[in-house]
Amino acid sequence: MHNLLDKVRPHFEKGGRFPKMYRTFEAFETFLFVKGDVTTRGSHIRDAMDMKRTMFHVIIALTPVLLFGMWNVGLQHYRAMGEEVAFIDQFLFGLIRVLPLVVVSYASGLIVEFIFATIRDHEVNEGFLVSGMLIPLIIPVTTPLWMVAVATVFAVIIGKEVFGGTGMNILNPALLARSFLFFAYPAYLSGEENPAGNFVWTQAPADQAVDAFSGATPLAVAATESTIGEASVSQIMESMPSALEMFLGTIPGSVGETSTLLILLGGLILVATGVGSVRIMLSVVAGGLFMGLLFNLFAVNAFMELPVYYHLIMGGFAFGTVYMATDPVSASQTGSGKYIYGFLIGVVTLLIRVVNPAYPEGMMLAILFMNVFAPLIDHYVVEANIKRRMKRLQAVGEKSA
Amino acid sequence: MSEIIHIKRGLDIPLRGDADKILQTQPRSANYAIRPTDFHGLFPKMLVDEGDKVKAGTPLFFDKNNEEVVFTSPVSGTYKELIRGAKRRILEVRIEADPEDEYVNFGTADPAALSRDEIKEKLLKSGLWPAIRQRPYSVIASHHDTPRDIFISAFKTTPLAPDMDFVVNGQEDTFQTGLNILNKLTDGDVHLSVHGKNTMSKAFTEAKNVALHRFTGPHPAGNVGTQIHHVKPINKGDIVWYLNVQDVIIIGRLFEKGIYDASKVIVLNGSEVIKPRYYRAINGVNISALTDNNIRKEEGTTPRFISGDVLSGEKVAPDGFLGFYDDQVTVIPEGDEPELLGWLIPKLEKFSVSRTFFSFLMPWKKFRLNTNIRSGERPFVVTGIYEKVFPMDIMPMQLIKSIMINDIDMMEKLGIYEVAPEDFALPEFVCPSKIEMQTIVREGLDSIKKEFE
Repeated sequence: MHNLLDKVRPHFEKGGRFPKMYRTFEAFETFLFVKGDVTTRGSHIRDAMDMKRTMFHVIIALTPVLLFGMWNVGLQHYRAMGEEVAFIDQFLFGLIRVLPLVVVSYASGLIVEFIFATIRDHEVNEGFLVSGMLIPLIIPVTTPLWMVAVATVFAVIIGKEVFGGTGMNILNPALLARSFLFFAYPAYLSGEENPAGNFVWTQAPADQAVDAFSGATPLAVAATESTIGEASVSQIMESMPSALEMFLGTIPGSVGETSTLLILLGGLILVATGVGSVRIMLSVVAGGLFMGLLFNLFAVNAFMELPVYYHLIMGGFAFGTVYMATDPVSASQTGSGKYIYGFLIGVVTLLIRVVNPAYPEGMMLAILFMNVFAPLIDHYVVEANIKRRMKRLQAVGEKSA
Repeated sequence: MSEIIHIKRGLDIPLRGDADKILQTQPRSANYAIRPTDFHGLFPKMLVDEGDKVKAGTPLFFDKNNEEVVFTSPVSGTYKELIRGAKRRILEVRIEADPEDEYVNFGTADPAALSRDEIKEKLLKSGLWPAIRQRPYSVIASHHDTPRDIFISAFKTTPLAPDMDFVVNGQEDTFQTGLNILNKLTDGDVHLSVHGKNTMSKAFTEAKNVALHRFTGPHPAGNVGTQIHHVKPINKGDIVWYLNVQDVIIIGRLFEKGIYDASKVIVLNGSEVIKPRYYRAINGVNISALTDNNIRKEEGTTPRFISGDVLSGEKVAPDGFLGFYDDQVTVIPEGDEPELLGWLIPKLEKFSVSRTFFSFLMPWKKFRLNTNIRSGERPFVVTGIYEKVFPMDIMPMQLIKSIMINDIDMMEKLGIYEVAPEDFALPEFVCPSKIEMQTIVREGLDSIKKEFE
């Protein structure tokens, strides 16, 4: 196997037939083989952990959510159509709808990554392996494929490459892709029916659905009923799925965001392997609970009276907490900064959800907002460290003076 | 005695091939060498011509920037050749050894009766001055300075480090003489750090004329940089000196016997060594004298020879020489074989601080780690991992980034004066982006030093 690679390598090296393709070749080579490169400077031995393995563990943690999302797409479809079919049929229906999203997201994003790696002549970074999986999980299954491609290309170029590539970006690329869609094609990402006559959140034509099926997400229900109607909190809760359903995830929503249970499982994998930051996850939840309780205390409308735990299982709160807020590059990079960053994400999410009726979901905007503020938070944490050192210097100065 | 300082953040890398507590006298090697590259920033200027006879203690070269600092021959013999590298840089000054050593007589002296300048002069003349290094910058100390304090670590926590209790055995009085001499070089204290539980030798625990500190915890608890940080951190403008235990002993000998006797106890270990053990040898020894017929031969693996430890040591040829500051030769396998899906398959022989491999389930296991880098270099992505192995109130990632962009002001503010490359060995080891942090820190120290010269 490796001999084969050695045989074709000269074609890609300088003076070969496809020197421009070297970085592409290299990416595939290092994917198949850990190279025989040895340390030349510094520490002679190195930890076995590398970027590929880090990213791979995020993919592992996403797998249960992805599989559940596929099944749920099928489940929602047949519910809307009022048909009872076997579990496997539901899953296959979802598989056929979700897989193209994944393929398009990876293909369009990786092409951009490869092109930039070639232009800049650096190795292809592994970061997109995760972003490419996240993007299909945070959009409605009904999103047209060309939109996915456009959004992904936009996110990778504007979100990442203009800043210098993986590790340099300010915003979370996957969320940037989603927010691009949200603002560029709002009709496809919010409301109940999209211009194609389909439900937004469920792969089913709206005019053929059974009457009882509304297709609205719990968050949309809460937002519309509390602002338009005179509904009390118990009426709102009645028109939503039950808390158990929302926790298990058998509700309409973006492909991967619905099952709080499986997201928790993914979070456990991330925390147990040390890949995801437990500080951020816990503080986002703490921030959400804090703001939710505050709303409960000073409730002036029905939405504010909603039990606080509902917010944790509705919409993208759980998914954002576990997979999005913890992106190490766009999050705060200092230990204590992570607590502040996470807490504020929780707070801002609920603020947007409850106070601003224009955006039913606040998680995406809250994380992007805090992504922008993360460097500022870090700046103050670093300043505190610097001040401690200056104080020490002054103390010595005073003693000797 | 002071209270125990417990280092919480760090990592002991469990390597296979620890040495038995057996001390052998190593047969004299045919040649010895001083490597000017051991002394960072040194511009050597030769004092002898090829073919000259030298004694142990005869000056071989001096530092062009600091002419009083001379480097002397560790053995008597014939100065044979210079080995040069790229840009004619001198890599090795080789001496063909005589069967017996003859010493230059520097005269015995009672340290108590000597002034600070007289002691300095004696150290400079005998070629022992380079044993004293300073922080900031981690270079040979300047003899024009008077340091705030002098620090000595009496235990090591680096992987497979020699047991200093075993090393000092039988040389307790000479060590104390060395401490007495150092005490005259500073207005502050000579700080001696011992391990809170493991250090037994009375040479350390009952040493006189020192401020004694006790540390426990994982590596880098034994690093002098960690100890300085926790005992009395370096502020801008401070200069502290530091030495190795065995160099203190060699200094003691100089005053007791009047000669430069560069013999020390070194340890040969690592997974590739058949009989890992301790040897009595002379500085600059050719390591082939230790390793011949003592290295495992296995199809498909070549050994890597390291003068020093696996984290901060220097790669040397199989017939290379022991570094000036080193008391350890480690031999581990090279990792130059490509591995199919190596990043994916969790083999038992892989070690990681992250819990993505099985090594965390087997805390008792010792590993045979090789030199494979495992990945190309990437920008910083993962955060929070470096702090876990860096027990100082310094932000490692932010400091490294400030060096990368050569922001002198920020480096100062973030505490670069307190660190040396070896302090970043563990962050470099754990880095999933495989960033060469020790090299970066050295570059940062160089540019700071240049800025103020």
